[in-house]
Amino acid sequence: MEWLSNLFGSYWPAVEITGWTLIKIIAIVAPLMGAVAYLTLAERKVIGYMQVRIGPNRVGYFGLLQPLADGIKLLFKEVILPTASNKALFLLGPVLAIAPAFAAWAVVPFDLNMVLADVDAGLLYILAMTSVAVYGVIIAGWASNSKYAFLGSLRSAAQIVSYEIAMGFALVGVLMCANSLNLGKIVLGQEGGFWHWYFIPLFPLFIVYFISAVAETNRAPFDVAEGESEIVAGFHVEYSGMAFAVFFLAEYANMILVSMLAALMFLGGWLSPVPFIPDSFLWLLAKVGFLLFLFLWFRATFPRYRYDQIMRLGWKVFIPITIVWIVFVGGMMQTPWAHLFH
Amino acid sequence: MTFFGLHFQDIVFYTLATILLIAGLRVITTRNPVYAALYLVLAFFTAAGIWLLLEAEFLAIALVLVYVGAVMVLFLFVVMMLDINLDKLREGFWKALPIALPVGGLMAVEMVMIVGARNFGADVVPAPAAHPADYSNTAELGRVLYTDYLLPFELASVVLLVAIVAAIALTLRDRKDSKSMDPAKQVLVKKADRLRIVKMEAEVEKNDVVDTSAQADDKGAK
Amino acid sequence: MENIRYDLITALPEIILLGMAMLVLITDLFLKQSNRIAIYGLSQLGLLLAAYFTVTTHVPSVGYAFTGAFVDDAMSDVLKLMIYVGTSLIFVYTRQYIQLRNMFRGEFYALVLFSVVGMMIMVSGQSMLTLYVGLELLSLSLYALVALDRDNHFATEAAMKYFVLGALASGMLLYGMSMIYGMTGSLNISDINHVLMNGSGIHAVLVLGLVFIVAGLAFKLGAVPFQMWVPDVYEGSPTAVTMLISSVPKLAAFAFVIRLLAQSLQTMAIDWQQMLLIMAVLSIVLGNVTAIAQTNLKRMLAYSTISHVGFVLLGLMSASGNGYISALFYIASYVVMTLAGFGIILLLSRKGFEAQNLSDLKGLNQRSPWVAFLMLIVMFSMAGIPPTLGFYAKFAVLQAALQAGFLWVVVFAVLMAVIGAFYYLRVIKLMYFDEPEDNSPITAPFDMRVILSMNALALLAIGIMPQGLMTICFYAISRSLS
Repeated sequence: MEWLSNLFGSYWPAVEITGWTLIKIIAIVAPLMGAVAYLTLAERKVIGYMQVRIGPNRVGYFGLLQPLADGIKLLFKEVILPTASNKALFLLGPVLAIAPAFAAWAVVPFDLNMVLADVDAGLLYILAMTSVAVYGVIIAGWASNSKYAFLGSLRSAAQIVSYEIAMGFALVGVLMCANSLNLGKIVLGQEGGFWHWYFIPLFPLFIVYFISAVAETNRAPFDVAEGESEIVAGFHVEYSGMAFAVFFLAEYANMILVSMLAALMFLGGWLSPVPFIPDSFLWLLAKVGFLLFLFLWFRATFPRYRYDQIMRLGWKVFIPITIVWIVFVGGMMQTPWAHLFH
Repeated sequence: MTFFGLHFQDIVFYTLATILLIAGLRVITTRNPVYAALYLVLAFFTAAGIWLLLEAEFLAIALVLVYVGAVMVLFLFVVMMLDINLDKLREGFWKALPIALPVGGLMAVEMVMIVGARNFGADVVPAPAAHPADYSNTAELGRVLYTDYLLPFELASVVLLVAIVAAIALTLRDRKDSKSMDPAKQVLVKKADRLRIVKMEAEVEKNDVVDTSAQADDKGAK
Repeated sequence: MENIRYDLITALPEIILLGMAMLVLITDLFLKQSNRIAIYGLSQLGLLLAAYFTVTTHVPSVGYAFTGAFVDDAMSDVLKLMIYVGTSLIFVYTRQYIQLRNMFRGEFYALVLFSVVGMMIMVSGQSMLTLYVGLELLSLSLYALVALDRDNHFATEAAMKYFVLGALASGMLLYGMSMIYGMTGSLNISDINHVLMNGSGIHAVLVLGLVFIVAGLAFKLGAVPFQMWVPDVYEGSPTAVTMLISSVPKLAAFAFVIRLLAQSLQTMAIDWQQMLLIMAVLSIVLGNVTAIAQTNLKRMLAYSTISHVGFVLLGLMSASGNGYISALFYIASYVVMTLAGFGIILLLSRKGFEAQNLSDLKGLNQRSPWVAFLMLIVMFSMAGIPPTLGFYAKFAVLQAALQAGFLWVVVFAVLMAVIGAFYYLRVIKLMYFDEPEDNSPITAPFDMRVILSMNALALLAIGIMPQGLMTICFYAISRSLS
């Protein structure tokens, strides 16, 4: 350290901060990539068992090396640029899809004071980042210059914008309870055991949030943007190789992100449900794991929604529910039962 | 801390400002409307960055959330689906240029003279005092929004309500040929509405014997 | 708590009308077509209630509410009452017209009520922010109203023009306001005045802001050189909406100008006087000269409006108490005249027929002498021929300008008014000396006939005895402007 400090002279503090931040970023992103890889395996396994199949079991013991094999395969495939496509935007699409999915992790706390950037408006930042993610899909669909891709991207854009509203309103309920936009403070607001987690007073909002999250990530049963039986594969039909894999990564990273947020905001984050077991990062992992399992379970269970039904559910069911519940929570906070909502 | 005589904040500012200006220029000069919309998105992003430098983090994030995340998405949505004939839009460009250019230039010069550093420089308008570390821009905004600016805030919501009413009044119409369905009605359907169970005697053909033999023949043939 | 109570009571008329607008929207959903008339009743009731509370909560002193963003003074109350009366007349006149054109829907009444709320906010705004939001509320409702007749392509085009130019004007206004804010550090009308009184602020920057504010105001008022949207929008809109656009919002715009120029930028009167002077002269010239060439009645009235706006600006330009009073008097008389004028156009229209060309007035005397007589009064009044109200209004404005020392401008304005009289008198010639082109009977509900007659006769009555209206205007201005 000493010689490094001498090397950079007066610039050392800046370099030190940058270096440490980079290390922290890698410490977040690398396990995240691993999680994404194994989430794909988990998905195939879980759905396999639900459908009385075995799932991948050839590569490695229990199929554990399957994600690696898939990754290597995609890496070595050629990235095909369709002749009629808009080259620059075609390549920009996947980048814009994955960048916000990773950037949002900057403010996610993993344990007490274990967060990359402890900003006050963390929740808003996450909302902003998830809302930007839609650009990857739109640009990819448009730049492909293919009608299937374009249809898929239009569907996706309309769907994400619609469900963002319900999602945002659901989060308004959380910040009314927590009186803060800082994710760490939101978790700490739920201290005191299972009965203090926000999903109890905000149960309708929790349900709305989670279903909207499924819709936001374009997962089954809301995966009309992909709609393989009608529009082939939607917005990424023209992508191949690593470009395609990046979309894949973004989708799974987003799944983990929204599950993480649900765990932090409604299920007490790293807090332990019972007083005799200490709070720990492992609790957060368990909660996120459970929510991710729900994602997979949905996919194995529900048939795909029709497009107009998706829109109806978002606009005519979820948004009114969230608005009513926010008003209810606000009203209850003026009564002697206010402590139930804090 | 300085790099080549510039504060780090200055470097960030000038970088963002340069990108912002280029993006803003490209919005109006690019030939492709989708590109123009995307450059506008870039402009919003960099503007948000500059606001962050001004310690207005709530506004910065709200700009990204509202304009980039919602408004521009819908805008792109429309622009992508439209088949805009740019040549037609540019028809009057050269004809109007001899008048527009001097007028625009004159206004630009005036603005630079008046809004420039002479009247709004750091020596004329001193920088506000730095806020303490626990100062929350968001909380502070919320406080004034619901106290000092309560009336304009509520009125803004009325403006939005009018916008909703206007949008619905101008676009929603009961079209006779629309095939949309009413899910509430679909859910309310009972078995009795769709299915009619009819009790009837079994039909028995008169010439039994001949028929069965014919069927048997058929089977044999297959 | 006590504070918010006062705030809410001060804004009670606005709250009531807002509530009524929403009630109309919701009631409309549950009404059958045959019972739709109820929303008409509700809207009128809302105006009546608002008027009641405006009168009962009136105090001659100036009261500030909502931390100084809202003001309740004599001028705001007087203007609000005028707006209620005007809107109520519009409802009466337009009922049959919109029923026949499939516009008799809850949205029409709700949007009109919303626009009235916007006007009231403009009248009572005491901060640039409030004023601006009120203006947007008014404008947005009007854009929607213009386009409300969806299958009418002219209306859609007019709405588009109105919207784009209106947005541009709003942008200018905001830019100007931001300049003023940058120099004074306040959005509050009286605070800005105090700061400027102390002599702080760089004059060049303030003037730049002022230029943008005046340009934005001129756009909204329809004064030359920002008048180009007026004829197109007047012609394209359904006549019922044209009537609304051309009448009561001018009252709100008057208050807007007073608040911004006379109250907050009082110290810069020398600067804005010149701007208003140029705009006033140009408006009077262009309005009167161009109107001669029009064959469309609505377009003609549009240019007539431009020239009237010129006269109002002439009154404001004097920058004196007298000038403001005369301008208020002029704008109030203008509203009464315009309502009567468009009322008669609505009266002559029927299903599938718009009486909007000058030739449609031919031989009106033979078809209905009474209606022709009413139109005669309106035209006399607009031309400013004694003993009608229009004459007295022009007289008051010119007198104020004369007092302020603008002799040549006054001479010029009189000259132009004489030229303008030509096209008003042409209408009278068409009505009395030409043969009618169609002889279909004029059908109108009884209440409309009665009220329209009273409205037109009022031009004559107030013209002969203008003291009452003058006293009200004097009261409004003298109690509000120190």
